[in-house]
Amino acid sequence: MSTARTSSRFTDALAQIGACGIFLFRIFAAVPRSLRYFKETIRQIWFVGAMSLTIIMTCGLFIGAVLGLQLYDVLSRFGSAAMSGTVVALALYRELGPVVTALLFAGRAGTSITAEVGLMRATDQIAAMEMMAVDPLAYVVAPRFLAGIVAMPALVCIFNALAILGAHVVCVSWLGLDNGTFWSNMTASVDVWTDVINGVWKSVAFGAVCTLIASFQGYTTAPTSEGVAYATTRTVVFSSIATLALDFVMTAFLM
Amino acid sequence: MAQRQSFQIGTGLFILLGFAALAYLATQTTSVANYSQGDSYMIKARFTNVGQLKLRAPVKIAGVRVGSVAGVVLEPERLDALVTLSIDKRYDKIPDDSAAAVFTSGLLGDQYVALQPGGSPDVFKNGDEVVLTQSSMQLEELIGKYLVGQGDSKPPAGKGDDAKPAAKP
Repeated sequence: MSTARTSSRFTDALAQIGACGIFLFRIFAAVPRSLRYFKETIRQIWFVGAMSLTIIMTCGLFIGAVLGLQLYDVLSRFGSAAMSGTVVALALYRELGPVVTALLFAGRAGTSITAEVGLMRATDQIAAMEMMAVDPLAYVVAPRFLAGIVAMPALVCIFNALAILGAHVVCVSWLGLDNGTFWSNMTASVDVWTDVINGVWKSVAFGAVCTLIASFQGYTTAPTSEGVAYATTRTVVFSSIATLALDFVMTAFLM
Repeated sequence: MAQRQSFQIGTGLFILLGFAALAYLATQTTSVANYSQGDSYMIKARFTNVGQLKLRAPVKIAGVRVGSVAGVVLEPERLDALVTLSIDKRYDKIPDDSAAAVFTSGLLGDQYVALQPGGSPDVFKNGDEVVLTQSSMQLEELIGKYLVGQGDSKPPAGKGDDAKPAAKP
């Protein structure tokens, strides 16, 4: 009996993934129609992007500062503290920037998308839209999806810039690394395409995945307050897992 | 209406901020800051061993960057490494008997190509080949030489001299 339950849970999970994939294609199909509601997309970029700036900028500053502190300490044991800036920049651009921003994004914007769309579902607003011949995918979901794709790279770039600033403050102003050494080692080893732009591609993918999972969980939630609560939790869990797994796959392909 | 305007302006500012951050990262913290934007010309150099010389490694004269490595391929017939150097058009007065050497910045740093100017009145033109080349000095080889040389009654002064130019790029 327990195997039967396990297998049914397994098929449930498979069905969820399949439904999510179909949902992605329905969003793609709805994107051209959603251009009619372009203002809604802009409002969503404002909501998921610009409103996340505070947390992204604060976390970026601190992550950069702690990276600078740790790497300066570790690298000075090998007599190469001068490379601190380089290692901070490479770690940020390639991995930490996109991943940490995606995790913060899932917590800050993904949950609010799930809760909003989920409450629309629970309070029958989505059914009402269908009644009025307004496609909820084009009016509710697609703008959020597009907003995630647009906002995420911008957030990652801002995160990276603030983190470099934080590392600079710690390494140069506090620990006394030479300013010229910090920058010249960084510019000598960081490549714009393999490091910066690859990070931007990752962030586009993470933005798409996080908003897809968030809106899928909201759209298919059980129409109760408990259901919305579970959907919000699942958004954070699934977004984090998907982000980290996708990060590994993308790194393997982009390298 | 006023509120709607404000969030649209805010969104625009947000996206502008994102692009500004990207532009800052791309231009101030990467090797783009070192790229020569102007025209360049190509010269070739053959080395018996290029070590770990990579694409886009700097080409330097007197320690100043004048270009970059545009290609490293093995020539199938002579079985030596054919390195294409892309030199900035600004530096068009390099004598054509200049020597090229693969050096290492620092003891374990990245490798680069150093051009040592000769005295010829003619200058390198696009497609010319550097005749005098000095291969990359392999640390393992040097260590091997010293280990073997230690048994001799006479210290291998010649070998020691050979090693010095490579250790001092």
